[in-house]
Amino acid sequence: MTVASPSDARPSLRLPTRRGFDAPTVVVHIAVACLAMLCLFPLLLVVASSFTDEIALARNGYSIIPSQFSVEAYVAIFNKPTVILRAYAVTTGITLVGTVLGVSMIALLAYPLSRRDFILRTPISFMVFFTMLFNGGLVPYYILMTQYLNVQNTIFALLLPHLVGAYYVLILRTYFSGLPDELFEAARVDGAGEWTIFWQIAVPLARPALATIALFIALNYWNDWTTALYFIRSPDLYPLQYLLYIIQSNAQAMALQEQVGQIGTQKLPTETARMAMAVLATGPASILFLFFQKYLVRGVTLGAFK
Amino acid sequence: MQVAQTAPNFRRPYVTPTGWRRQMKFHLIGRNLVWFTMTLPALIWIIVFKYLTLAGVWIAFIDYKVRTGLFASQFVGLKNFEFLFSTDTAIRATRNTILLNAMFISVGLVVSLSVAWLLFEIYASRFTRYYQTLILLPRFISWVVVSYFVYALLAADTGVVNSVLKQLGIAPLSWYRTTEPWPFILLAVSLWHGVGLSSLIYLSGMIAIDTQLYEAARIDGASRWQQFRYITFPILLPLVIINMLLALAYVLNADFGLFFQVTRDQQLLYPVTDVLDTYIYRSLIVTKTISMAGAAQFYQSFVGFILVIVANAVVRRIERSRNESLALF
Repeated sequence: MTVASPSDARPSLRLPTRRGFDAPTVVVHIAVACLAMLCLFPLLLVVASSFTDEIALARNGYSIIPSQFSVEAYVAIFNKPTVILRAYAVTTGITLVGTVLGVSMIALLAYPLSRRDFILRTPISFMVFFTMLFNGGLVPYYILMTQYLNVQNTIFALLLPHLVGAYYVLILRTYFSGLPDELFEAARVDGAGEWTIFWQIAVPLARPALATIALFIALNYWNDWTTALYFIRSPDLYPLQYLLYIIQSNAQAMALQEQVGQIGTQKLPTETARMAMAVLATGPASILFLFFQKYLVRGVTLGAFK
Repeated sequence: MQVAQTAPNFRRPYVTPTGWRRQMKFHLIGRNLVWFTMTLPALIWIIVFKYLTLAGVWIAFIDYKVRTGLFASQFVGLKNFEFLFSTDTAIRATRNTILLNAMFISVGLVVSLSVAWLLFEIYASRFTRYYQTLILLPRFISWVVVSYFVYALLAADTGVVNSVLKQLGIAPLSWYRTTEPWPFILLAVSLWHGVGLSSLIYLSGMIAIDTQLYEAARIDGASRWQQFRYITFPILLPLVIINMLLALAYVLNADFGLFFQVTRDQQLLYPVTDVLDTYIYRSLIVTKTISMAGAAQFYQSFVGFILVIVANAVVRRIERSRNESLALF
């Protein structure tokens, strides 16, 4: 497989010549701006409804402009913050630890695989790459986690699954291979050991690629709800996204009970409060995304199959 | 190896002009040991999570009991598969997976190429950065939150779509109870979620094209469409073909989040939204018919593997005829 070399990811060198603002360009601008708004619209809708008064929402429906502005939903959540704070703590914890662990493991694997003198380079590269072709899927993974590793209902169940992505290893390997060999040789001549070379030369030089991968992994952990769906039963360990799912499905079950004529016994967050929770759960990830989006765009172009 | 030629090494006295060749070998062993140690954490993880798990496919051929475990349960041959394909559900899930994926792949290709082209046409503009960011954003929103969005749009009494329909004088629809529109709803959500990433990949391919080609074409009076038709598209074709083949190779794998969250796992919608991944999840964790899940899983993974191998062989063919290196392996 071939991965685009870093030089392809530097488009500024070959900008299409500026054509000025002729009519077609304006049309293209309008079309793309509409598309971009379409991508943003659902997000705005949820934010707007989280700031809408509960009764107004039930009467007027969801709308992009709050029909009656209210911060009641957020007040309700922060009046009883234990559940959401706990979920925040779980999610933040696994995101931080998982990202640091994952990036370290990936870098430690990718660096030797980029060295031409490494005897096991070909077999290990193939081992890594082969995992991208054959996927045992959910069932074997579930059996491994629950019957053999016995990690269900522990924090490890949330942490272990996303550590090493074969795709990231290959991206990083390509990046390390692109670094000039002379640097490593010079360090070796100066008596640096392989660990020193790795930490003090390879890692600092690969910082942009590492940042990209770290961002991808962090967003993976932050947005993960499936792992909890499979393995977590105790509410203390609910990550944020899974908590959102549970609230949604409980509300659905309640609505069903009401239809059948039973009276619900639990008190559940209102519709606006649920939307506010969604905003609070997406907020940090969106901010992470907006601040580091250039790394993401670069990552996408770095990894593009040619 | 250039060590001996680059500089005299005073800190390692054993690298002498006479003995450096032998010493280099010794050196390589030491280096290789360190490198191998470095790979160990990730390597062990990969072996445990990607290779040992493969033993789990054995479940498809046994009458799995938690008590007896993977190796002591009774071997039943192909019974699980017979049972699996005697139910309508598995066949329905397979059909839904293939049809929906085919729709996502074909429409997705057209839309992502168009978006990439639009972005490319205005690539020099300083706004393009912001457009890119916004178009990529949905990719990084979790499916749970996406299901909240979709609910705000489709809720029966309060949803935006029904409000619009009412204003237009059309009878509102109970979306979560009507099967017919769901393939298209799922298509829309899948495009919303995925087009950003795939169009950026195509865009990066377009940027790599030599601009002189376009300049020459413009001098010859080629229109924008002609430039796309005769320059951009032919150059991008290998990338397009590879992406298509890869997508086809994964045609039996559905995005679990899309089908589980966005539909809110509504049973009424299963006839058109139940795919292999949701079926396997339900059999394994909800109804606990583990052997059934195992059989469906084996079938999905095995066919998927064959498809990947075939896809790669086809890419190889193309590669040989075009003298380019494209294949995955």
